[in-house]
Formats: sequence, C-alpha cells, structure tokens
Amino acid sequence: MARRRSLISVTDLSRDDIERVLALGDRFAEVMDRDLKKVPTLRGRTVINLFVEASTRTATSFELAGKRLSADVVNVKGSGSSMDKGETLKDTVITLSSYLPDVIVIRHASAGACRLAQRHSDAAIVNAGDGKGEHPTQTLLDLYTIRREVGPLDGLHIAFVGDVAHSRVARSGAVGFALMGAKVSFIGPPTLIPRDAGRAFGVDVSHDVRDIADADIVYVLRMQLERMGPGGFVPSLREYAATFGINHARLREGQRVMHAGPVNRGVEISGELADDPLALIERQAANGMVVRMAVLYDLLAAPAGAVELGQALGAVA
Amino acid sequence: MAARLAQRPGPRASLVIRDVRVLDPVAGIDEVRDLVVRDGVVGGSPDGLDEIDGSGLVAVPGFVDPHVHLRVPGREDLETVATGSLAGAAGGFVAIVAMPNTKPVVDNAAIIESLLEQAATDAVIPTGFYAAITRGQKGAELTEHAELAQLGAVGFSDDGFPVSDASVMRRALQYQRMVGLPLVLHEEDARLSAGGVAHEGPVASRLGLAGIPAVSEAVAVARDAALAAFEDGRIHICHVSAAATVDEVRAAKARGVSITAEVSPHHLALTDEAVASLDPSRHKMNPPLRAESDRQALIAALIDGTIDCVATDHAPHAADEKEVPFEEAPFGVIGLETAFAACHTHLVRTGLMPLELLVRRMGADAARVVDLPQPSLADGSPADIALIDLDAPVVVGGDGHRSKSSNSAFAGDELFGRIRLTIAAGQIAWRDT
Repeated sequence: MARRRSLISVTDLSRDDIERVLALGDRFAEVMDRDLKKVPTLRGRTVINLFVEASTRTATSFELAGKRLSADVVNVKGSGSSMDKGETLKDTVITLSSYLPDVIVIRHASAGACRLAQRHSDAAIVNAGDGKGEHPTQTLLDLYTIRREVGPLDGLHIAFVGDVAHSRVARSGAVGFALMGAKVSFIGPPTLIPRDAGRAFGVDVSHDVRDIADADIVYVLRMQLERMGPGGFVPSLREYAATFGINHARLREGQRVMHAGPVNRGVEISGELADDPLALIERQAANGMVVRMAVLYDLLAAPAGAVELGQALGAVA
Repeated sequence: MAARLAQRPGPRASLVIRDVRVLDPVAGIDEVRDLVVRDGVVGGSPDGLDEIDGSGLVAVPGFVDPHVHLRVPGREDLETVATGSLAGAAGGFVAIVAMPNTKPVVDNAAIIESLLEQAATDAVIPTGFYAAITRGQKGAELTEHAELAQLGAVGFSDDGFPVSDASVMRRALQYQRMVGLPLVLHEEDARLSAGGVAHEGPVASRLGLAGIPAVSEAVAVARDAALAAFEDGRIHICHVSAAATVDEVRAAKARGVSITAEVSPHHLALTDEAVASLDPSRHKMNPPLRAESDRQALIAALIDGTIDCVATDHAPHAADEKEVPFEEAPFGVIGLETAFAACHTHLVRTGLMPLELLVRRMGADAARVVDLPQPSLADGSPADIALIDLDAPVVVGGDGHRSKSSNSAFAGDELFGRIRLTIAAGQIAWRDT
C-alpha cells in the first residue's frame, strides 16, 4: 500500500492546503445543520484514534468526525491498552497498522511521536497534539473559527497570551496564522516564553499585558500546570492571574477572545469572560468537529477523487 | 603501577608500505617514501617484508580517543570490549579510553581489574578505562582514587553525571595532588539542563522541545576552572559544545589554569538545525548539537588550541531504545568508525583546517590530555599507524558497523576518508577489504 499523506505539522501545509480544508469545512458545516448528520463519504474506510494522552475535545470530535463520515472508527486509549503493559509506541503503531487502517490519529505526550509513527506505518498519520510540539487540527479549526466569526486573516493581529513555552496550540498557531496573512505576537512572563521565540517564529514578544491593546484577537493560553513540574515558572497563580489573567477590564471594544480549552477559570481567563459570547471558546469546540471531518475527507477522499464531494454529501439513506 | 592500556596478544606486524605519503606533524615528517614496520616497530630494513602499495594514500600516527563508552560491564548487548575496540581500529584509532558510567559503575578495584583483564584478551587496540570520581557516580563520596590509580585507571570521570557538589569536586582536586591522574569532567549544571532534550534555541522553540541552555555547560566549566586554579589541580573538559564554554576555557588557560578540552566530531560537523528531523538515533545527544555560531567557535578553538583535541563520545544504544519519540530517547551517538572521515569531510575538505592539524588533534594531542603515549611515525617508535585513502567515499552504515550499535549522527551520509589499515601498538588491528 502506498504511503498516504499525513498531517503532522502546520509547517508541512501550504496556503492552498489550508484554503482547501477550510472550504471543505464549510461544506460539512451545512451537513451539521441537517436533521440527519451522517454522510456516506468515508464508508469502508477505517480510522483509528490512538490517544495516549488525556483529551476531551479532540478525542470526541475526531471520533464523531469519523463516524459522521461513515468511516469505521476504533478508539484506543493509552490506559486500558497494551501500552499499560509497557508496549512501546512503535510496537503499538505497528500492531494497529497491521489492521490496515486508512488513518491513525495520534495524541501523545511527547513531541516527535507522530514522526516516529509515520516511520512505522503506511496509514495517514494525523497529529492530534504531540506534547509541546504541534496541534495542527487546532490551528485549522482556529482559522476556520476566525474566518467565520471575525473575518479574513489578512491583516488581523492575533496575540497569544500566557504560557507559550508549553503550548502546542501557540506553536502551530503562530505558523498557521502567519501563513494566512495575520500578524502574531506573544505576550507573557519571560519564564513562559522561550528566549528565542521571537526569532524562531518571527513574532513580536512582549512582557506587558497592556500590549494586547493592539490585537484584534486575544488568544489566551492555558497555564499547563501538568507540564511544568516543580520549580515554579511563575511565583504563584495568584500573581499570574493579576499580571496576565485576561478579563473584561483588560479588553478594549471590538476585541475577541479565543482559548483552546480546557479553561483554568480565574487563572488565565476570568470565568465571566469565558462565558461571554465575545469569547469564541464554544464556537472553537463546535467547529473542531467539522474541521476534523474536512481533514479526514481531505486526506482520504479528495486527491483520489473516488467520491465526488457533492455526491459524497448525500445523507446516508 | 599496573599497565594503563591493555590489548590482546598477537603477532608483531612486519610490512612495508610502498610510496606512501608519510605524515607526522609532531615529528616533522611529510614526505612520500616507503614506511617500514618490522616486528611492530617503525623503521629498519624493508628486505623480505610483505609489501602494501601506498601510492595515493597517507600514513599518519594512529588516533587516540580519550572518550568512548564500551558499555561493559552490564550492557554487552550494546557494545563489548571486542566490538568497541574493533570499531576504533576501523576508524584508525590506536588507543581508546572507556568511561565508567556502566552497570555497575566502575568504582572499585575488582571492576577495573576485570576490565583490564578483558581488554588483555579481547581488545584489538590498546584500551584503557576511567574509574568514577565518586562512588556509584552519585556525586557524594570519592572512590578510592589511590588504589584505582595503582590498578591502572587512566583517570577519573563521572561522565554523564556531573559532580554537582563543589566541595566534592574540591576534594577530588586536592586528592589529585597525591594521585596525579587527570579528572575528566562532564560539565553541566543539572538543574539548568533539567528536562532538556535539545539545544535551547530557535529550533527547540519551534519544535516544542525542552532546551538545554549553553550556559548550563559554561557555568560548570567556570566553577571547576576556579576550583582547579584554587587547588592547583588539573582538569580535562569533555565534549565542549558551546561558544560560551570555549570562552571559559580560553580565559582559564590565559590565567594559567591546567585545563584541557575536547570536542566531538558531531559538534564540529552538525548544528541543531539537524534536530528538526526529530530522529533521536541520529541527533539526540548530550551535550546537544548547538547553533552554527557555536560550531564556528568550536572549530576556531580547535584550530587555535583552546580545545586541545577531538574525542568521539562514542555512545552505543540499541535501535529499540532509540525508536521512541525524540523526548523519550536516551542521549548519545556512536562515533569511532566515522570520526576521521567526518572531521576530514567537514573541516579539511571544506578548507577550514589543514590535514596536518587534524592529525595532530586526533593523535598526539588526544593522547597528551590523559597522559597516554603519543603515537609517532619516527623511527624506533612502536607502530601506531593509520593508513588512509583521503578521497575514498564512505557511506556511513552502508556496509554495516563494526560497533554493535548503529546510532550514528552521520548515518547514510557520504563522507570522505577511508581507513585502509590500522596498526596499533605493533599489531595489525584493521585491514579494509
């Protein structure tokens, strides 16, 4: 079987690739407005979701995306699988690949896990978040959300605020947003922004939360307490909330707020703001599913042209 | 004192290499002529000896590697004295010294004796061993340096586990006044490096890998240079990787501190840009591949002598151990078989460094830093010779590895400089077929 295209890093995508997936997302969004939300597009295809690290949004939306496209979907979690018995990721991927899946979607705690999987599988590998590395489908759904809720990316300024160091959302987002014409900046304490981040991503870096004033979108990053370990990147969450926490008082008129979830209410974002419609958090989650449908369709059906999209979108009888 | 290097017994080489470029920068030799080895010694009459055609080849004093990992005792599945020393011979080395971070750690008399016995039966080239600076390399109590020196330890190192307690390092330096052997130091502030898997810089930032900052190495060298100066001791710095460390070594030398330093071929040839591959088998090692500005500083320091010599840090790992996500893989790459070809390809053929200087830095200078005999092509010297075809390409791993492991930073690369023959301490140790 020929090796399939994979989606591992935003850096592998062109502007055209992104436009194509976002356009597909619009088509699948129409399907979601129907009473019957299932289409036969990927009937006979197999998607394995290998989630070795905890996830609610990404795991659920990938599962539903596969099912609504009529693919056979199998979910494998780290706990409860042979990885509990010490099976390595490589061996797990080889085992799963022997069942000839078309796609393996991987969530893992280590950057580079998807590259490793790609070396040992003929399936298309989709990165659903690898440690601090990348989260390309998050970036695609963010782009999709911004397009629909705010407008074209060209000329928009998106400021990531907070824990850039541990954030795969910021890492993929900075590349993807810039590729689509937006200006990106990083704002946060020096201990949570890599020294070289400005150079590495070609973005402005600020340590003053007031600099969010220039941004059209304030993208609030979760404080990733589980990745920080002891030692303290900030003296206290209280001080962090006071210096960088985003709330209504810090925003100006017209700004929108994003957050990839899960939210630490009262830490990086106030509870009131998280619940306010000017925060796009719930839209991001909802759009996650259609964009992931678009990604699966794009990897499996689109280039081969096996199923015409219009025909494919006919509901399952 | 017991012999510090051991080699399996074997026939003394007797042969003549015809029309070869004989190059020994220390002895002041660079001429095309016949090179005679008779009964394992350089020089004498060529009459009746087997002949090798040396035309187009260069014969140099064999190389010395003061920093390898042979993984014995404990991980004979990765390397053994036999395979590691053969890998050395295949790379033109005539002496290697192995680090003590084994399982168990080389920290007592019984282990060092047994290792030297193994070398005396298995090593195709003279092989020596460091003992740990501290028991179990735990950084708390000194090993029995005097006894271990008596039994043949080449020096002391806690390689892989820097001595974090300055008072322990100070005691080791004080005790060195009596024992006299070099302290060979892996320099790193473990707290600054904690969790790091790659050079802290734009590449690691982009990839989301935790960084090992250059300053982690530099501060450790600064501390130990100050301690060595204070105790009038002598230290050798392992695998310098950063420009900031070069500055510390240079400043210490200028102050008169007895400090020497080594650099690995992979740090001279590659940068952290390579880490974008996320292939830990090739590009995960500690210290990590650093920035191009660091690489340039290392090359300049090797040329001006701030860094004394090349050492491979040959670190075998099983393919299984390396076939895990980058962050989870062990550190280290092998290097004995490719050291000369990598340096020759990336430094000499690119015009950065003359061949003569590379030969000196891989041979005489590498021996000097740990007080080993310096290989020489002068008449009457024990035959320690590497015969090299400089223009012959080598595809790394193309015909397998003599090492038991294959985790090379240069895997698949085409390098130039094939070792045709190695004679080590008078014995033929390697012949390219």
